Amino acid sequence: MKALLRRDLALALRAGGGFGLGLAFFLIVTVLVPFGVGPQSELLSRIAPGILWLGALLACLLSLDRMLALDWEDGTLDLLATSPLPLEAALSIKALAHWITTGLPLVLAAPVLGVLLNLPAPGFLWLVVSLALGTPALSVIGAFGAALTVGVKRGGLLMSLLVLPLYVPTLIFGAEVARRGAVGMDVQTPALMLAGITLGVIAVMPFASAAALRVNLR
Amino acid sequence: MSVADQKPQPKRPSSFWSYANPVKFLAFSERILPTLWILAAVCLAVGLIWGFFFTPDDFRQGSTVKIIYLHVPAALMAINAWFMMLVTSLVWIIRRHHVSALAAKAAAPVGVVMTLIALVTGAIWGQPMWGTWWAWDPRLTSFLILFLFYLGYIALWEAIEDPDTAADLTSVLCLVGSVFAVLSRYAVNFWNQGLHQGASLSLDKEENVADVFYFPLLVAIAGFVLLFVALVLYRTGTEIRIRRARALLAREKRS
Repeated sequence: MKALLRRDLALALRAGGGFGLGLAFFLIVTVLVPFGVGPQSELLSRIAPGILWLGALLACLLSLDRMLALDWEDGTLDLLATSPLPLEAALSIKALAHWITTGLPLVLAAPVLGVLLNLPAPGFLWLVVSLALGTPALSVIGAFGAALTVGVKRGGLLMSLLVLPLYVPTLIFGAEVARRGAVGMDVQTPALMLAGITLGVIAVMPFASAAALRVNLR
Repeated sequence: MSVADQKPQPKRPSSFWSYANPVKFLAFSERILPTLWILAAVCLAVGLIWGFFFTPDDFRQGSTVKIIYLHVPAALMAINAWFMMLVTSLVWIIRRHHVSALAAKAAAPVGVVMTLIALVTGAIWGQPMWGTWWAWDPRLTSFLILFLFYLGYIALWEAIEDPDTAADLTSVLCLVGSVFAVLSRYAVNFWNQGLHQGASLSLDKEENVADVFYFPLLVAIAGFVLLFVALVLYRTGTEIRIRRARALLAREKRS
């Protein structure tokens, strides 16, 4: 398992394009928003938590098809399927590697971009906390989407259509935590719900992803 | 094959699962379909005409209230169609009956149309009542999400060429989607308070809509249910025939 994690991380780092691309996308989305809605700082600070969450979600989505597509093409997935490691574990590791290379940088970059959007001072902590709690769920759900569409030619658009509705609960609770944190309200309820969704998804989704991937590898 | 298999089977009391045989399914559905069509048409005609022309106007809502005879049954069927797809997907995953997977495939477009009818009639109703076509109300929003789930499901069926793979993957998607649809429903509830009134019908409630509206509504709902069942049986039959035609073509090509 560790070897697989190391391999995925090394590939993501050295292959280029994958690692920084999500971050750059996140930056560009954040920069484009003020052009779209106008530069008034009070408006920006009100919508900042939602925009940052949405940007992180889209950046995550963008890199999902790389999670399995390359391994599918060169046959690594077939080897993984026949290896003693259960496919569920392999997919969890792949989701973890995806989170480390995409989710974690997004979490770390979010406060910097929060400055650009004039995020109120108490919001920074909760923005980072909510992203840290929520982005693992995005990676794990994304692994399911990638497993479903790995056999489809040019499945990227189809995957967005399948994955985005599944992101709804995470987005709602995550953005709610960030929003409440920014205006200084109590964040406990949505934060607990968000953590619950993430944990539940981590526990259950790999089984669904592995089932889908087995069908595709048949 | 052993000799025991070739003996004429003793007449069993026919089980529900015997309709998993496409031939039996087709024979049965062809036998009952004409009745179903007629019953659905009669119920719809009676329910809608009764509802539209022979019920009084509501004292606050005027005659816009009559859109209830389309809106409520369509919304009900939109959810139940997904539920039916969930059950048939489970049957496919567990028992591998092709008819079941095809029934799920056949139900999805019907469900999507029902969802659209519910959304559109709701918008037409909402415009005079709430003064807006659309509001980010929990019920409306979760219906929109349900609509997206239907779209994804249908798109996945279309995208995959091998029918068995497609059936497997869409079944998994249907199971996962059901869980997330319920999750989204509660998340959306938490996210925004509603404009939509509570359930119009329920068995355990003291106050439902008044009787004059209630009975034609029940007839209209019966009509929608019958129409849905008829459409799904008909479409499933079509899917089975398409598959047979494909098998014949493939055989011809080989010989």
